[in-house]
Amino acid sequence: MLNIHLILFLAFGAVCVAGAVNLLAQTHPINSALSLIAVMAALAGEYLLLGAEFVAAVQVIVYAGAIMVLFVFVIMLLNAGVEDRTKGSHVAVLLGIPGVLLGSVLVGWVVLRHSGTEAVSAGALLGDPRTIGQLLFHEFLLPFEITSVLILIAIMGAVVLASKPPTSPAGKVD
Amino acid sequence: MVPLSYYLVLSGILFACGVAGFLIKRNIITIFMSIELMLNGVNLSFVAFAAHWHSLAGQVFVFFVMVVAAAEAAVGLAIIIAVYRTRETLNVDQVNLLKL
Repeated sequence: MLNIHLILFLAFGAVCVAGAVNLLAQTHPINSALSLIAVMAALAGEYLLLGAEFVAAVQVIVYAGAIMVLFVFVIMLLNAGVEDRTKGSHVAVLLGIPGVLLGSVLVGWVVLRHSGTEAVSAGALLGDPRTIGQLLFHEFLLPFEITSVLILIAIMGAVVLASKPPTSPAGKVD
Repeated sequence: MVPLSYYLVLSGILFACGVAGFLIKRNIITIFMSIELMLNGVNLSFVAFAAHWHSLAGQVFVFFVMVVAAAEAAVGLAIIIAVYRTRETLNVDQVNLLKL
């Protein structure tokens, strides 16, 4: 019997895989960025199916919102055009295609063999903001504070890296 | 009811697409987006395992992955701007010298 959870999973999963393949197929970076946004939005739907409602909201706001806006901004700032194709090496083709086949057969075998794994039911675990916040500020307080330092360092690094270098090196100015 | 293995297969497909994009793409921004795709695939398996084991720690880890991804995007895009300013290209095949 096909239930609504499986149908929704397959629908969002199809959007995810289609977006990921489209990211590879497109040659212009802006098209790749838009298909990556579609992947992230569909992944937010998968998170909702798993009961992670706060993670789904943050996925849309932070990933599809903030990070991808940064990407699109840089693509337009640098006026990125269609990428050039370069010839790949023969070693990649000789080793890659058997490797992909081997990997797919291995994954397919494992999935078919262990297809009787317990099902994850919709809403079995509810990650609402209240519970997540309590966990984040009690049990994971130290990692949380360390990430704030990381963010601070990243801000300073981005400002230093993206700022214009001085036209004459400071050591040569008398 | 969706088996856990379905979520893991979807996560694996996304990660594999990210690896493939990282290897075959030549635009430095698209390579960077492939890394984000890999991180998203890993996040999906984190959330699926959190639901499977009934532990919210998996969802908290997703936040830390997102924070690291945001920091990485900020610094990485700044590096891309610096590379474009000195070399005037985004093709990684032409960025092969450590110092100009």
